[in-house]
Amino acid sequence: MSYIENENNDAHEAVSDSGYSSDSAKRFVVVPGETIIEGEDYLPGEGTRREGSKIVSSKFGLAEIAGRVIKLIPIFGAFVARRNNVVIGRVTDITYSGWLVDIDSATSGFLPIDESPRFVNRNEMDQYLSIGDVIAAKIWSVKTKGIDLTLKGKGLGKLEGGFIFKVIPSRVPRVIGREGSMVNLIKDKTRCNITVGQNGWIWIQGESIDAEIKARKAIELVSEKVHVSGLTDKIEAWFMEEK
Amino acid sequence: MTREYKRSDGRKNNQLRPIVARVGIIPNADGSAMFAFGGTIAIAAVYGPRQLHPQHMQNPSTGILRCNYDLLSFSVYDRKKPGPSRRSNEISKVTEWALAPALDLKEFPAQVVDVQIYILQADAGTRTAGINAASMALAHAGLPMKDLICSVAIGKNDKHLIVDLTKEEEDYEEGEGATDFAMAKLANHDELTLLQMDGKIQPNIIKDALKLGSEACKEVYEAQKKALKEVVKGDSDNRVASSSKSSNAQFPKRRDIIKEIIPDGGEEK
Amino acid sequence: MSGMEMSNLTRETLDKMFAEGKRFDSRGLLDLRDIEVTYNVSDKAEGSARIKMGKTDVVVGIKLQVGVPYPDSPEKGNLMVSGDLLPLASPRFESGPPGFQSIELPRLVDRAIRESGMIKFEDLFIDKDKVWTIIVDIYPINDDGNLIDASTICALAALKSTVFPEIDKDGKINYEKKTEKKLPLSKDILPLSFSFFKLGNSIILDPTREEEEACETRITFGISKWNSQYMLNSCQKKGVTPFTSEEIEKIMEVISKKFDEVSKKLKNFL
Repeated sequence: MSYIENENNDAHEAVSDSGYSSDSAKRFVVVPGETIIEGEDYLPGEGTRREGSKIVSSKFGLAEIAGRVIKLIPIFGAFVARRNNVVIGRVTDITYSGWLVDIDSATSGFLPIDESPRFVNRNEMDQYLSIGDVIAAKIWSVKTKGIDLTLKGKGLGKLEGGFIFKVIPSRVPRVIGREGSMVNLIKDKTRCNITVGQNGWIWIQGESIDAEIKARKAIELVSEKVHVSGLTDKIEAWFMEEK
Repeated sequence: MTREYKRSDGRKNNQLRPIVARVGIIPNADGSAMFAFGGTIAIAAVYGPRQLHPQHMQNPSTGILRCNYDLLSFSVYDRKKPGPSRRSNEISKVTEWALAPALDLKEFPAQVVDVQIYILQADAGTRTAGINAASMALAHAGLPMKDLICSVAIGKNDKHLIVDLTKEEEDYEEGEGATDFAMAKLANHDELTLLQMDGKIQPNIIKDALKLGSEACKEVYEAQKKALKEVVKGDSDNRVASSSKSSNAQFPKRRDIIKEIIPDGGEEK
Repeated sequence: MSGMEMSNLTRETLDKMFAEGKRFDSRGLLDLRDIEVTYNVSDKAEGSARIKMGKTDVVVGIKLQVGVPYPDSPEKGNLMVSGDLLPLASPRFESGPPGFQSIELPRLVDRAIRESGMIKFEDLFIDKDKVWTIIVDIYPINDDGNLIDASTICALAALKSTVFPEIDKDGKINYEKKTEKKLPLSKDILPLSFSFFKLGNSIILDPTREEEEACETRITFGISKWNSQYMLNSCQKKGVTPFTSEEIEKIMEVISKKFDEVSKKLKNFL
């Protein structure tokens, strides 16, 4: 039984943009320790810091100067778990109080038995979720010892059918697109269910294998282009060619 | 400082061997890079931050950086038997000490960042090439870093201070003999993170040696920056890349290196 | 790349895909990825090569040493194949003592090459109690599946490019000087290996790491040509899931064709 609904659900976090302020902002690649800009008026955003009169990068990524706050958009890098992130995970073990879930993060995930969407008897835990099964879950707390997950919410739950694969986590905003525009385009063209986890793992399930393969190819194409503008149009064109 | 000194390969005192640097050569890794000083070629891969097992090794207040350096068996003329040696153990540790100051490990409590460094071809300066490759790989992995780390070997043959010694120069025996002084520093800060020396060198010329090394590190930094930025350029054109983390990196073949030593119009050795 | 293990639903989907003859990268089930071989990974080695099959990346280096022959073959040289699954190559490989996969890989490559008869061991004889030992060291640097077959091809290429080092008048080897003399290899024998992987009722060649992790079992054959005949030189089945005799027969029907296909491709590199 599937708990996923096809239509718009908040399994895709409200992402206000694809990660970029606007196409007109000044953007350039920086390495850690490199000066982005000099001036007392600027404020260091995440991934940057102030050193004297300079704003300096703390990561390898795209520096963006769009206003007073200097942004750094990471291009590569592991997933950093945050509360309310939706993630795709694989069940690795069953304990008395819940399921251990690998969410491909430096800290392991845990789904307490009370956070399943319906009541599950302690004796029937493996009938609901067994080792190797896949879930779409929301992070509700991040601690040093572990990350707690919940399946309560629209679009969350055990995933059935289809397959999962990974893209670099920092590309996820591009895959989702401004207000979901990119992932919705791909869903539309392939008629597949797609759930994008902030941890870079993506679930695709469609009516035919060919549709599923095409959806994956489209997503991989999007995730590989770092700063190309008008990507949505380019992908539309790609779908046209692939017919 | 010392006068102009003729080295056996024609280089000036302060001249590095040709550098080749590439990022993204190992698609499976979170970050990877290759760095060569002439005939010394190092590759590095970073995995992490990731869970550290066994649990009792975890440090709840900070993350751990784990470095593993080794020579591939055929990287040296006398085949090195596979398996860790005392030398590789020591170099692994000093490499960890050289890189850690650039990272903010407190951001990853109980986690580990694994750095793997292997030497494909060894012609002196292997630990410095390894550190340079690892530094790029750490940045490529998206880790928060204060700065990149640059490393060179400064040295002395008799009374002459030189930079980036070859194996031959490490074995120099005349006069005051050979001194080998490996150093590493944060690229844009006056922070020295690796200092290892063997030989005979007067305390009052250390200052000059460090200055020579810092200047040479600037060239290393330029190469590292360029290699990192090139990976991004590769992603933003319209090629259908098979992997966003890989570039068309080739390990430098001997012919490529020779081309760079001999200026245009010269003959091959 | 992730350390996340293969999930049930992906495995089931791959099973269905293979049953329809489909793969994510649009290859046929028995199609190999593009192969690229380059040489001279290390000028300190007597021979070395690097192979890329898709994103699978392996380097192999050859060192020649003079040693004592084995007591039961006093006039023949030796072959030793070793190597390591470098932790560099995959989030799955750990530092420390070699796991089974680390031990199995060089052994399979060894048998494919040794049993083919390509190396003329008698020509490695120097003098009484003095023979050449060929040491092959295999190092995968990126594991995207099918390491065994990729390593065999890479080892073959490295061997074919190997030259003897100079021996000075005292009989000492001078590794810094290379001669032009190549290893005594039969030109016509080309040992290759083919690992057939099974998932459900489908059999595939050259899996990516994702496909390899979904598969239930594998059988690797070393194959070469001897006296113009195709000869199987070695065989090893992995794991507990069985093959049916029909499946083995099907593999036999295609293996010689695959051998021809790959040896033709390799002519450009060898």
